[in-house]
Amino acid sequence: MMDFDEALEQFDPALGLEVHVELNTATKMFCGCPAAFGGEPNTHVCPTCLGLPGSMPVVNGKAVESAIRIGLALNCSIAEWCRFARKNYFYPDMPKNFQTSQYDEPIAFDGYLDVDVEGETFRVEIERAHMEEDTGKSTHVGGTTGRIHGAEYSLVDYNRAGIPLIEIVTRPIVGAGVKAPLVARAYVQQLRDLILALGVSEARMDQGNLRADVNLSLAPKGSDRLGTRSETKNVNSFRSVERAVRYEISRHAAILAAGDAVVQETRHWHEDTGITTSGREKSDAEDYRYFPEPDLVPVAPSAQWVEELRGTLPENPTAKRARLQAEWGFSDLEMRDTVGAGALGLVEETITAGAAPQAARKWWLSELARRANEEGVELSDLAITPAQVARIQALVDEGKVNDKLARQVFDGVLAGEGEPDAVVEARGLAIVSDDGALSAAVDDAIAANPDVAEKIRGGKVAAAGALIGAVMKQMRGQADAGRVRELILEKLGAGEG
Amino acid sequence: MSDLTRRSAAELAAALADGETSSVALTRAHLDRIAAVDGAVHAYLHVDAEGALAAARESDERRARGESASRLDGVPIAVKDVLTTVGMPTTCGSRILEGWVPPYDATVVARLRAGGLPLLGKTNMDEFAMGSSTEHSAYGPTHNPWDLERIPGGSGGGSAAAVSAFAAPLALGTDTGGSIRQPAAVTGSVGVKPTYGGISRYGLVAMANSLDQVGPVTRTVLDAALLHELIGGHDPLDSTSIDQPVPDVVGAAEQGATGDLRGLRVGVVKELTGEGYQAGVQQRFDETVALLVEAGAEVVEVSCPHFVHALAAYYLIMPSEASSNLARFDAMRYGLRVEPEGVEAPSAEEVMRATRDAGFGDEVKRRIILGTYALSSGYYDAYYGRAQQIRTLISRDFAAAFEQADVLVSPTAPTTAFKLGEKLDDPLAMYLNDLATIPANLAGVPGISVPAGLADGLPVGFQVLAPALADDRVYRVGAAVETALTGRWGGPLLDQAPALPTTEVAR
Ligand SMILES: [Zn+2]
Repeated sequence: MMDFDEALEQFDPALGLEVHVELNTATKMFCGCPAAFGGEPNTHVCPTCLGLPGSMPVVNGKAVESAIRIGLALNCSIAEWCRFARKNYFYPDMPKNFQTSQYDEPIAFDGYLDVDVEGETFRVEIERAHMEEDTGKSTHVGGTTGRIHGAEYSLVDYNRAGIPLIEIVTRPIVGAGVKAPLVARAYVQQLRDLILALGVSEARMDQGNLRADVNLSLAPKGSDRLGTRSETKNVNSFRSVERAVRYEISRHAAILAAGDAVVQETRHWHEDTGITTSGREKSDAEDYRYFPEPDLVPVAPSAQWVEELRGTLPENPTAKRARLQAEWGFSDLEMRDTVGAGALGLVEETITAGAAPQAARKWWLSELARRANEEGVELSDLAITPAQVARIQALVDEGKVNDKLARQVFDGVLAGEGEPDAVVEARGLAIVSDDGALSAAVDDAIAANPDVAEKIRGGKVAAAGALIGAVMKQMRGQADAGRVRELILEKLGAGEG
Repeated sequence: MSDLTRRSAAELAAALADGETSSVALTRAHLDRIAAVDGAVHAYLHVDAEGALAAARESDERRARGESASRLDGVPIAVKDVLTTVGMPTTCGSRILEGWVPPYDATVVARLRAGGLPLLGKTNMDEFAMGSSTEHSAYGPTHNPWDLERIPGGSGGGSAAAVSAFAAPLALGTDTGGSIRQPAAVTGSVGVKPTYGGISRYGLVAMANSLDQVGPVTRTVLDAALLHELIGGHDPLDSTSIDQPVPDVVGAAEQGATGDLRGLRVGVVKELTGEGYQAGVQQRFDETVALLVEAGAEVVEVSCPHFVHALAAYYLIMPSEASSNLARFDAMRYGLRVEPEGVEAPSAEEVMRATRDAGFGDEVKRRIILGTYALSSGYYDAYYGRAQQIRTLISRDFAAAFEQADVLVSPTAPTTAFKLGEKLDDPLAMYLNDLATIPANLAGVPGISVPAGLADGLPVGFQVLAPALADDRVYRVGAAVETALTGRWGGPLLDQAPALPTTEVAR
């Protein structure tokens, strides 16, 4: 392994990202089975998605529509006529031992996505977005690695087989230099935001709705050729995308600096240790024997339909970011941090749910970002919704809790104790502003601190802080500090004028 | 021999309508006939007496209520074992599917059931429909009822032998390169390959999806039309099926039977006659063309220059698709599972390999290897790509020929039935059998084979081809030929077939 910065002094990285998006259509790509996540194994299946002899596929029109909308949102051209193709290879979780995909006739091609990285815009060119079907899911039982080698036996669940996927492939991204890991991360984040805005997928990386393969190669600095690439499969969080790129840059650099050749291969990403390990060797000569799927007729979306779909697109992401920044009154830095944290959509939804922009930003980027970081998950994977965050802020605004108590409300919601109001109730977190209870506590504090009380009576109002602290301690923090102060001054006859 | 089994399906349907017989009676008559002759013919891989009789009883009950599910309600039928059937095994003539009972019916099978036709059983075939003799069945060959030492054609030799042995009045076949028409020709029966997309392929275990087509196997042209009418038409489960009404094939068959072909232009395809065709076959063909002229048709010679490349293109496209289709037989979900010998705890890949090695026959392996090679990167353009170009040229040849003629005609097969085993070791000689039938599959056009007489005591077939969607024309011309020839012979050609040895059936 070579130090990351040192590696980038010697080499130029080229990135390539292949992102698979599982669509949220009601049914599968080529049959009428439900495409819902989960279900008892092998219950969402039929002759077609099990690949039984004689079965035939029928294209899901809704999936084609989603594919076109994704293509349009990525500024792609939409094919006037394209076909599905068979990608032939043997694997137990592939019911037909070929995947029905698209090869040289993708539904969408030649587009781009502008991504913001630390205030700088990188244009990521999209080579293609094509439709395909997912495979089944194998579980390898026994053995130590959870991989097929060394397993005692394997179980296959075909519920996932045939779920529609859109694979979005970038052109090689060059020139990012030291920012390559950030560009990779930002691309996946902003692509996910776009997919969510389109409403075509749940886009949850932890559930595999959105899966990224990271291709990386290094070339000697200044060279205009691309080096040999590795393909790191199924990198399933934004952080991991960034880390995997960093890791592969260091790994490639060490190999090349030692005068060795990088092996073209697929690699596995290990979330726990932050490294990649060799998968199967893969060369460009790996032969999938693609040919047009003879059981399907070509997809030929009319120009009119494509234009209709263009009309359903959400706002362009770059324009939208500018608009939101202006509306929210965020500084450039605040906006950049929000986007960088993958929190733009979350903050937006929180504001829509009623929170003030700065409050929404504050919770997501400090309190919740800290917790996500501690748990090693994405912000969006935390068990809290923007609506819940907005409600907690509303409780603060209403004076029902203070910031400190609000943190305990977050604890409760994240622990699955229910909605914010229920957590406040169950944990007894509401601020006490009832003068009876407070008054007694103030009396206790005055009695216990006669010296301080005397100073206040003598006009040293600043000394009130000590008494407030004592009251708050007695009330276990659940008191309105402003009201406590008023009561103390009132009782000691030291009004502030 | 039961009188009922000698009748055509149309006659049986009429007898049922008149109350002259019952579906149970005629289903039982056919089951008896199967029991009597199938030991010698081996047309069936599976006979479902119980299921057929149950369906027959239902049909009779329906008729008793004054209802009818279709024009063929109550007339039994045999189904090629490449079509999926609930409750009956579907083996495709292969060991790899031995004992597999599908959980779903092919659309055509569902339409037969809905039409009230009792299913007698599943008929023998070359493994995965790969062959022209039915000798490549893993369950032993079918014998030609005209001469049990000879092949019944293939791949659908079982269906053709069943109807020509009077062991079924009707059968379903599938035709990828001639598998309905060539067996019909060599057994003296009628076979139709409809327009590609005219009949649903859902539930047809694919050999080559872009070429496969389900069609009728019968003894008369009208019977074929009645069956075609029942099973044809759009199926939402098959995206390649045509969303248009089925042409009036029954009306066309009835019209053709009047023997009047005035105004019809008939094209004799130069490339599908002459050299390579057995003398007797050519002679029967020429005589039949002369009959068409007598019936008022105008006969012209047409040239389809690219037909000479049809066989080569076919043997690249078909194995390419087949190699991919057959990949699913991997022991993971259904069918045969063989664990490799001497391997402890074999991997999935080792089990796949051992299963495919044991489960597929030589011809299937030969085509998987051919197809895998043709699709390989670096060879794709030269083989699969080039073959597709030839396919386009053949379609253009057809288009040009159909400017000059309403139908095209040729002998169905270059020879009469050859001896079992004669061509087994010479795949190329075997492939040549389909020379005249393959162009129609490559272009997706409909074709029929009707009996044209005998050569050296064995049946010869006459092929009629029409433009896509004009299936009615092949029925019209086929029926005209049938009328003229049966008139001349004094009855159907099959009346001239020798009696089959029968096994006494205990009842
Ligand atoms: Zn399904």
